Amino acid sequence: MEYFLQQLINGLTLGSIYGLIAIGYTMVYGIIGMINFAHGDIFMIGAFIALATFLILTSVLGFAFLPLVLLIVLIVSMLFTAAWGWTVERIAYRPLRGSFRLAPLITAIGMSIVLQNFVQISQGARVKPLPPQIQGGITLMQGDTETGAILVQLSYMQIIIILTTLVLMAGFTLLISRTSLGRSQRACEQDRKMASLLGVNVDRTISLTFVMGAALASVAGLMFLLLYGVIDFYIGFLAGVKAFTAAVLGGIGSLPGAMLGGILIGLIEVFWSGYFSVEYKDVAAFSILAIVLIFLPSGLLGKPEVEKV
Amino acid sequence: MSIAAEPRVPVAGTSVHRWETDPVLTVEHLTMRFGGLVAVGDLSFSVGRGDITALIGPNGAGKTTVFNCVTGFYKPTEGRIVMRHGAGAKANLVEKVTGSSARYETDKGSGVFLLERMPDFEISKKAKVARTFQNIRLFGGMTLLENLLVAQHNPLTVASGFTFAGILGLSSYRKAHREAVEKAVYWLERVGLVDRADDPAGDLPYGDQRRLEIARAMCTDPQLLCLDEPAAGLNPRESTELNQFLQFIREQGTSVLLIEHDMGVVMEISDHVVVLDYGVKISDGDSGFVKNDPKVIAAYLGVDDEAEIDVPEVRAEVTAARHEHEHQADPQAARDSN
Repeated sequence: MEYFLQQLINGLTLGSIYGLIAIGYTMVYGIIGMINFAHGDIFMIGAFIALATFLILTSVLGFAFLPLVLLIVLIVSMLFTAAWGWTVERIAYRPLRGSFRLAPLITAIGMSIVLQNFVQISQGARVKPLPPQIQGGITLMQGDTETGAILVQLSYMQIIIILTTLVLMAGFTLLISRTSLGRSQRACEQDRKMASLLGVNVDRTISLTFVMGAALASVAGLMFLLLYGVIDFYIGFLAGVKAFTAAVLGGIGSLPGAMLGGILIGLIEVFWSGYFSVEYKDVAAFSILAIVLIFLPSGLLGKPEVEKV
Repeated sequence: MSIAAEPRVPVAGTSVHRWETDPVLTVEHLTMRFGGLVAVGDLSFSVGRGDITALIGPNGAGKTTVFNCVTGFYKPTEGRIVMRHGAGAKANLVEKVTGSSARYETDKGSGVFLLERMPDFEISKKAKVARTFQNIRLFGGMTLLENLLVAQHNPLTVASGFTFAGILGLSSYRKAHREAVEKAVYWLERVGLVDRADDPAGDLPYGDQRRLEIARAMCTDPQLLCLDEPAAGLNPRESTELNQFLQFIREQGTSVLLIEHDMGVVMEISDHVVVLDYGVKISDGDSGFVKNDPKVIAAYLGVDDEAEIDVPEVRAEVTAARHEHEHQADPQAARDSN
């Protein structure tokens, strides 16, 4: 029971990170129907920008108050990563809009390779460590008091990750459902041409979608950095594929689906490694994906494609 | 002499028409080619300010292509499309803008817009031209209210301080939002759909969807409303209601350009009718003039042609000629029959 609870907490934490990345995939797919394979690498760049900002603030400028530092790091990395997302869309995807269907997909894969290699060359191929910054936690269940063994612990790091994700998700849901920008994004999703005939600047709306996706991915990058303490130029690949799987599992194009899918993938992965074997955790996650897609081709929360007449 | 509704400002005599003195839109030498196919060839016509103008013609005459050029869906191969805000033809200003590299020029509520130079979202946002489609294009997954709010995206975006104030819920944005909802509700009331405001637009029956699409177009505050077959698929009662609704829109100061097959609708409400056939204008005038134009009767209604073919002698000749032709075309068959 204790073990189960601990794994549940770990799974939710990992799932939050996947969910934040998955939103970027699902939004871009919803609005222009393309899989942005470079999104995982945007997440990786977000992590690198967060690390760089963190080191500059603490070592060069000598900031010591950790919450303030983390807040600045969060904002700076969101801004800069968003700029990366915007640039990628502007130079690699927009010129190909209206081209044949496979073109943006191929560029996306190319862009992914470009970003990986750029970071590898400019930052080096070795892993970048960051010493654990946030330690300690709340002990939920304690075993034998004499030995002091902790059975279930909710670390502060996990609390921060889950809370930040919840806050961002809530803000994001409000933005999509209530604001004029969110409405025009949904309108573009349904009929881009009609939206532009109603005065919506479709190109700008698509750019903003990439910007939002990149900003959320950078938050995930910062969380990843703080949680694992090591990053390298290759982390974007596996995290990207997992998040993509999460988006498909939840129903690509659906925002709550992306979040749900992310959490499910996180849980599956953690429970599989907890109860069966660590080596096969990815196999488990992807197998569940395959099974779900066979029985629910549009994902858990996705709407089945309706033929347009 | 015309059964058309009287224009608000009666024009003196028949020689002076509002589309000549005060055009809101002029299409000049418009040509649209798709590869070798000339969908519209050297077409010129004007839409009078405050008029209801009908664009009619047989299927494939190029009417929808004209709409697509006016609303920025297509870039015309050749020609100029000028939208004017404020009274008068503004010939000097039009020439000035054309000579410059500008897309438009505005000055205190009046302005000249060269639509062929403008991207589609600017045609709605700046030039204030709205349109509806023959096959309805609502945002089916969004509610009726949201559909009408998307149409007010631009004023709302400015009021929301490009979304930031909107997220924070500042009062200026809330006020703008309230006004936008009020306007949406106003138009929903006009089309009698206010009780379904929160239903998905895709769930509405066909006739209601048509009216909602017009209401959505009106929420962009258009100076010119282009309607592509608004009466298609409507029953006679709905069709009459549509006529009244279009009259109401015209009274609000919006000029209307419509494509329509239903001659009852066209002749009843149009101040001005332009007839196309094979992408070329064959007649242009008020409904009384067009109705009696022999070219229109021949090309569009085609009644007289068919009557001629129905004469027995002609039919016999045609049959004989066809018979002969078949024999020549197929020598094998000809030999066999011998």
